[in-house]
Amino acid sequence: MGEDLDKLKIQVNNLNLWYSSFQALKDVNASFKERLITAIIGPSGCGKTTLLRVFNRMNDLVEGVRVAGTVMVDGINVIAPDTDLMTLRRKIGMVFQRPNPFPLSTYENVVFGPRIHGRAGKNELDDIAEKSLQAVLLWDELKDRLDKPALSLSLEQQQRLCIARLIAVRSDILLLDEPCSALDPQATQAIEELMRGLKNNYTLIVVTHNMQQAARVSDETGFMLLGELIEFGETDQIFTRPRDKRTEDYITGRFG
Amino acid sequence: MRRLKEFVLQKIVLLCGVASILFVALIFLFLVKEGLNVFKAVSPSHFLLGRSWYPISEPAQFGILPLILGSLLVTAGATVISVAIGVACAVYIAEVARPAVRETLKVGIELLAAIPSIVLGFIGMVTLVPWVKKIFHLPTGLTALSGSIMLAFMAMPTIVSIAEDALHAVPRSYKEGAYALGATRWQTIHRVILRAASPGIAAAVMLGIGRVIGETMAVMMITGNAAVIPHGILQPVRTLTATIAGEMGEAAVGSEHYYALFAIGTLLFVISFGINVTADLLLHKRRS
Repeated sequence: MGEDLDKLKIQVNNLNLWYSSFQALKDVNASFKERLITAIIGPSGCGKTTLLRVFNRMNDLVEGVRVAGTVMVDGINVIAPDTDLMTLRRKIGMVFQRPNPFPLSTYENVVFGPRIHGRAGKNELDDIAEKSLQAVLLWDELKDRLDKPALSLSLEQQQRLCIARLIAVRSDILLLDEPCSALDPQATQAIEELMRGLKNNYTLIVVTHNMQQAARVSDETGFMLLGELIEFGETDQIFTRPRDKRTEDYITGRFG
Repeated sequence: MRRLKEFVLQKIVLLCGVASILFVALIFLFLVKEGLNVFKAVSPSHFLLGRSWYPISEPAQFGILPLILGSLLVTAGATVISVAIGVACAVYIAEVARPAVRETLKVGIELLAAIPSIVLGFIGMVTLVPWVKKIFHLPTGLTALSGSIMLAFMAMPTIVSIAEDALHAVPRSYKEGAYALGATRWQTIHRVILRAASPGIAAAVMLGIGRVIGETMAVMMITGNAAVIPHGILQPVRTLTATIAGEMGEAAVGSEHYYALFAIGTLLFVISFGINVTADLLLHKRRS
């Protein structure tokens, strides 16, 4: 049973990434376990967001990007050129820094994914919308105004909605790129709570520059600096007994 | 001394600003004042809904319905063509084309806008008109369709450049959100980007229509100028603008005919004004 819990979801081997001539990731090796929250911390520009965007190949949108190494997700190398990006991104959902609901109704935002992936039955979509919104604890708040524009919701609600969109396409890995940086402390706390709840069914990887957040929500933490993964391990260990001097300097606030 | 200079400059700039509004107001007043005179000879409903335009026969008839329908038909045709091609072109430039292609296309579109309308008119007359005649086996190629096609060329630069701006202004985060959900490029464009840009695109269309409905020379040359109620797009028509251009020179100042032409001018003014205001409102909606 213990083995089952520690199943590896993503394995990164010798990952290097260049933006034209700038090397943004240097020989990164890491393993992300299933149904845990893994935090990636580090000062801005250290490559943590870049690493996150390798997993769902969002870096492909950047011109002049080159990647070497392997990233195995459930045993499949997603870096391979023949990867089906539509399927990959459905499986690996992403939440962005600023909530980015589409300028559509709340309902249309949630069912956007199922619609584009060809599930269009009205009843089925209603069902998906309800379940997805319930999973992010928005259903009770919003069930009577699903046709209101999503952009009129509060930022916290918008961010929850963005997570609901991913649940609706049955992603099983959620990448969260500074999901709380646009939110106030109270909303941040609420989203963190949600993340803890989602852990039961999803594998979460969260990039954050907020060390307290990493310490609060994550089970494992990786510390990155200048494109290298300096240290990776259990969150407790990273924050109380870092092995590397640079990790210690960063978490004690000597730089960053 | 310096303060005096400031003061004078300030007042001059103010005067220029006020002058432009004043001129528009005066033009409008002049149009209305002259145009209203026509209603001494013909009632407003006979003027707008009358089916015959015989301004110089005895007794003269001033029904501009055929002209209004002519303008609407040509404008509608041109709008359909230019919106279909123009919006597609804007999507291609904003979302699909590589940077080098994009720049080339933008220059091309600007060149299209630089062609004088009279030139488009005679190119249409010697190339398009014979084709239309041959393809549809018509007695004449001078039809509403020919006018629509040439006017579409004139509206397209406006539509492409404003629609492209609107598409360009769609936040990148929408696009990323759609891609991150596994949407294809096409799904992203038509389900997210086009919708987000729709107020701006609607404004582009309105401004394109405004450009078309006021256009004169090209339509005068290639639509055949028959002031009859059109029953299809393959018939000759005459537009409001072409009527003024063609007849103003011959109408005696102060005659009923002269006033009727002014009334047509007023109508055109009101239509253009309405279209521009709508476009403006749409653009503001986009910004807020």
